[in-house]
Amino acid sequence: MKHDDKDIKIKGASDMPEMPASLGSMAHNKTASWRNLKPVIDESKCIKCFICWKFCPDAAIDFIDENTPPKINYDYCKGCGICAHECPVKCIEMVEEER
Amino acid sequence: MIEILIHGRGGQGGVKASLALASAASKAGKYVQSFPEFGVERRGAPIKAFTRISDDPIVVRSKIYNPDHVVVLDPTLLHSIDVTEGLKEGGWIIINTEKSPDSFTEFAKRFKVATVNATKIAVDNNLGSKAAPIVNTAILGAIIRVLNVASKEDLEKGIKEFVPVKAEANIKAAYEAYDQVKLGKEA
Amino acid sequence: MKKVILGDHAVSYGALLSRVQTIAAYPITPQTLIVERLSEMTANGELKAIFTKVESEHSAMASTIGSSASGARAFTATSAQGLALMHEMLHWAAGARLPIVMANVNRAMAPGWTIWTDQNDSLSARDVGWMQIYCQDNQEVLDSIILGYKVSEQVNLPTMVILDAFVLSHTAEGVDVPDIEDVDKFLPPYKPEIKMDINDPRSFGALTSPDVYMEFRYKMQQAMDKAKEVIVEEGKKFGDMFGRKYGLVEEYKTEDADTILIASATVASTAKAVIDEMREAGLKVGLLRIRVFRPFPTEEVIRVLNGRKKVVVIDRNISFGKTGIFFDEVKGAFYNSEGNKPPMFGYIAGLGGRDVTPKVIKEIMEDAIKKDKPESEILWKGVKL
Repeated sequence: MKHDDKDIKIKGASDMPEMPASLGSMAHNKTASWRNLKPVIDESKCIKCFICWKFCPDAAIDFIDENTPPKINYDYCKGCGICAHECPVKCIEMVEEER
Repeated sequence: MIEILIHGRGGQGGVKASLALASAASKAGKYVQSFPEFGVERRGAPIKAFTRISDDPIVVRSKIYNPDHVVVLDPTLLHSIDVTEGLKEGGWIIINTEKSPDSFTEFAKRFKVATVNATKIAVDNNLGSKAAPIVNTAILGAIIRVLNVASKEDLEKGIKEFVPVKAEANIKAAYEAYDQVKLGKEA
Repeated sequence: MKKVILGDHAVSYGALLSRVQTIAAYPITPQTLIVERLSEMTANGELKAIFTKVESEHSAMASTIGSSASGARAFTATSAQGLALMHEMLHWAAGARLPIVMANVNRAMAPGWTIWTDQNDSLSARDVGWMQIYCQDNQEVLDSIILGYKVSEQVNLPTMVILDAFVLSHTAEGVDVPDIEDVDKFLPPYKPEIKMDINDPRSFGALTSPDVYMEFRYKMQQAMDKAKEVIVEEGKKFGDMFGRKYGLVEEYKTEDADTILIASATVASTAKAVIDEMREAGLKVGLLRIRVFRPFPTEEVIRVLNGRKKVVVIDRNISFGKTGIFFDEVKGAFYNSEGNKPPMFGYIAGLGGRDVTPKVIKEIMEDAIKKDKPESEILWKGVKL
């Protein structure tokens, strides 16, 4: 019993694992669908302090290198806005999600 | 089944004596049980240690209230507690004292008395200090001689197991007590 | 090899022989000697395990859960207030289906402050999903640790091996300590199907919706039911290998008995001497020792008690506002069964370490034998009024 990426339907106890554990990596669970507001970094204003990267509770901001602004992973970012709140130069804007 | 109650004071090694005795008896295939008075012990306070030795498996797990024999590690206990409490008539009272068994006339009416100067033996063998000699292994020699519950060879093994520090001196003390213990007249 | 050892050290040897890989523990009287000896064993290399000193019992169980979840054979031990402090984590260990084995030294709960034995600490953890084994001697303590892993690793539920404070924990007796090579043949290394593994990442114990939570609980109950079979099966295999057989219950001279005494732990051991004595006086009495309390041996209890004249239960515990707990469970097991239901007498004795002597047990038996039925649901033995 193992899946990644596939959406599986559980009938009941008979096709569930013994322990309450996921059937594979949670990587397939793209939590971006929870998002209403989307953080957008204005790279021209970014001072590369990486405070947003440190604060992101979902580790959804990727560190590239010290000379490059961090990159938001829009597959997993839930849009909580902590990055925008913490940014010392206010270069992250929360914008309405387009669906 | 033989039930033995050891009276001592915290720090004299009564509990270790009970363990070594049980271990010695078990070497000859006996079933044994050894346990202290359950609780909080402190140096100098009266303590009890219990030993059961039997040819059959021992199922009883309560304390010993009616011992077959008692052992008194510290002669000062004779003045503060009744060491004969619950003791079965005709049982041995083995006392660490310089006195002879004949001087315990009151005990001799209902029990048998054996004495050994375990304190002197312990001091002579540098076990503990002069002020606080550790008399447990010496008394063991007397116990196995009087009660015949284990051989000298098995006692040696029991002492090595539970009193590994200064094992040789402890074994020597036990053997000296074995030779020196004085048995009173049968009651 | 036969060794004269304390009950606490019988636990340590059981863990050593089971080749436990992690031990996380916090000391509490009368459990201290267990972990003291295990720390010596790990320090001198006799036991290849990671010994973690933690700052509380809650952390002891949390750490044990972590190592078990990552695939290690994990061990801990506690007693009384310590068990109470780890209560939350007891649920987690069982719910996560981890085959942890823990020794609990039965010590009464404070206040008044106490270090002596009764069963209210472990019985307060009745409903957390752990198996509970109540031991009557040091040999059974050692064997039950090994058996605990053997059963737990098949049904994915933790086992609590329980021994009475002082009466076992600090009492030395002859114990056959098996060779570790023989134990290896009985207990193979632990190989979990699912474990924490960075090469196979998973989420453990995450938010579980009402959609599936109940199914996980259903599966725990199924595992408990299966455990009854596995305990008997493995207890028999253990007997074939080591000469000591274990089951859910132990019957002692029950065959033609009119009156059956039900007891557990060391009280049951002492009771055997009383049964012998009363048998010699011509009384048809027998003992049913409940060894495994969870899973509860309902079928065995019904089979043994059906058609007897009287049943006497001694509880070294109490569920305040109800009755003795074994009494309650035995009665409950009986209610929907067919056949004759004998009157049942529920005595409470030995709380907080008060000695349960052969005399106490005999007086209880005589009291029940002379009465037609109990005058109340609780019969207090020896309480000073």
